[in-house]
Amino acid sequence: MNKPELLLTPTSVDDIIPLSEAGADSFVIGEERFGLRLAGEFSKEDVKKAIQLAHSKNKKVYVAMTGLFHNDKVDEVEQYLKFVHEAGADAVLFGDPAIIMARKTLGIDIPLHWDPHTLATNWYTCNYWGKKGAKRAVLSKELSMDEIIEIKENAEVEVEVQIHGMTCMFQSRRPLVHNYFEYQGKKLKVEEEKGKLYLFDPDRDNYYPVFEDSNGTHIMSPNDMCIIDELQELVEAGIDCFKIDGILKSPEYLIEVTKLYRKAIDLCVTDVDEYEDIADELLERIEEIQPESRPLDTGFFFKETVY
Amino acid sequence: MVEVFDRISEIRDGKRVIVKKPELLAPAGNLEKLKIAIHYGADAVYLGGEEYSLRANADNFTIDEIREGVEFAKKHGAKVYGTTNIIAHNENIDGLEEYLKALEDAGVTGIIVADPLIIETCKRVAPKLERHLSTQQSLSNWKAAQYWKEEGLERVVLARETSAEEIREIKEKVDIEVEIFVHGAMCIAYSGRCVLSNHMTARDSNRGGCCHSCRWNYDMFQNTDDKNFIPLSTENTPFTMSSKDMNLIKHVPEIIELGVDSLKIEGRMKSIHYIATVVSVYRKVIDAYCADPENFVFKDEWLTELAKCANRDTAEGFFKEFPGVNEQLFKNHSHKTSHEFAGMVLDYDEESKMVTLQQRNYFKPGDEVEFFGPEIENFTMVVDKIFDEKGNEIDAARHPLQIVKFRVDQPVYRYNMMRKEN
Repeated sequence: MNKPELLLTPTSVDDIIPLSEAGADSFVIGEERFGLRLAGEFSKEDVKKAIQLAHSKNKKVYVAMTGLFHNDKVDEVEQYLKFVHEAGADAVLFGDPAIIMARKTLGIDIPLHWDPHTLATNWYTCNYWGKKGAKRAVLSKELSMDEIIEIKENAEVEVEVQIHGMTCMFQSRRPLVHNYFEYQGKKLKVEEEKGKLYLFDPDRDNYYPVFEDSNGTHIMSPNDMCIIDELQELVEAGIDCFKIDGILKSPEYLIEVTKLYRKAIDLCVTDVDEYEDIADELLERIEEIQPESRPLDTGFFFKETVY
Repeated sequence: MVEVFDRISEIRDGKRVIVKKPELLAPAGNLEKLKIAIHYGADAVYLGGEEYSLRANADNFTIDEIREGVEFAKKHGAKVYGTTNIIAHNENIDGLEEYLKALEDAGVTGIIVADPLIIETCKRVAPKLERHLSTQQSLSNWKAAQYWKEEGLERVVLARETSAEEIREIKEKVDIEVEIFVHGAMCIAYSGRCVLSNHMTARDSNRGGCCHSCRWNYDMFQNTDDKNFIPLSTENTPFTMSSKDMNLIKHVPEIIELGVDSLKIEGRMKSIHYIATVVSVYRKVIDAYCADPENFVFKDEWLTELAKCANRDTAEGFFKEFPGVNEQLFKNHSHKTSHEFAGMVLDYDEESKMVTLQQRNYFKPGDEVEFFGPEIENFTMVVDKIFDEKGNEIDAARHPLQIVKFRVDQPVYRYNMMRKEN
């Protein structure tokens, strides 16, 4: 059985070594200018450093270029892609086909991971982007376990699935929090409030994190998904990469969670009985370090969605 | 290199005329709306079948109804596009080929499509259909437009976040048809990038299950210690993500000069009164500008007319300025329309000056009503005696779809509409 890769989104360069030692196999980094909702802001210097550190530990680094680009960024996207390639990144994440065009223009063969957030929902389309150069598809978070497994069975590309953390529910280009404070006649330094603001939905008793950056307004899931005790089926299906999203989490938390998932994944591959024995305990250990404001759930893995 | 791919205007007999008149594209939520949209001046309509379309709650067309709609459209020189713009899941793959073949066979001109599964399948099994990239792909740069051009798509519908300048650049750099939304309700999120409904109601927004959670009210809290939630909103000032509706009527001349190929009106769920009103106003402005761009003057009555069917305040999206607080709606996400649809003309007798009208809302003698339609200039009048079908005088037209008759001094025509102020 193939051992799936464990991917983390670190909050800074300083996380690379401790997360590597905790069991991460790969990292997604980048800067807000090109990537969406990253756990940390990595300057070009940081990207180089992170790649060097990760490679010294035999780990991989992918750079996020998942933005929805307007004309004004077309040239910059090409320059940044060239930089990422020269810096030695192991892949680039993309959603906008402008990246495919830029890669062609530059004549470089840096691997691409297709990560369009909400749009990777069937195996045919994953394979379509595979034919356009994507080596991997990062699946949408709103899929059920069965859908994910069916995609993997039919995929000609690697399949990545988020198994832990927050997900995005909504992105507007508009500065909705700014606008709201203007409407109230109040002032708030919105950029200093990342991770502190919540929308409350009284009907569901949910608190949704909301933040604003240069890409607009982002509204996040009310719970952190956590399926540390439900990994076996995904491992058996041969999912290539499991992602832990570190957005709005502390390094200490991420290191602990990484260690626990590392153990869970390894046991799924080497000793399923032992995994089954300790799965509940692993979940309890995550619950112990889980922030009070972030309840755990199982995302859409076992939830039926209709339309 | 800047190259403009198609000429928009030319000088004829010393006068500049528009030679590239854009398409006016209207929603068709059902057969009646399709016919009204075309009758009131739409060059093309878009409709959804029972599957693969993004309006799970709309009436939606059977294949036979689509065929009938296409026949009607062809007779009037209009086109029909099918919306197949869901973001498909595995389970939607079965049946797709048959559905696309049926659309092709029914005679639609093309599909509006977001998912490469459907784009590619269409090319393979229904190659006669044009493929237009849906706004669900949030296309907002020329390089991505170039990509879809190379993939063989005839047209791209731009993200609602693109500005006039960005549209200009896309048109200059890429030889592909461009469609933009000009009027109607709009997502405040990037289309396709919102899964609020999935989380809040377990309905898949990208397959037509959107429950419009963006128009709900929320309280905002600040939490800095992981424990205490401190309110930042009051009961009277809830947070919301609600957008004003789009209204680009004033910018139609500029949109034409940009070389935009199709002006799209949103609203497959809207009433025939709404469709007729909006389509006829855009028709008038497009025609007036194209006929004589140099002497064109914008008439305020066009804005007044549009306001008669609006149930939300309107704004201009991202077309000119980056939208701020004034382009959003707080507290009241919609209001009653200023006018309501009172009846549709079925027949008019020139001699007796009696109209035969199908009632759509209560009205009675003494009410002031307004007639409008493509053949007439709007006029208002006071309703005199009303008679039922058998000629008996009645005190009011109180029953939905009731056939009534009364005197109208000026000629009116079948499908003209009568509205009254609320």
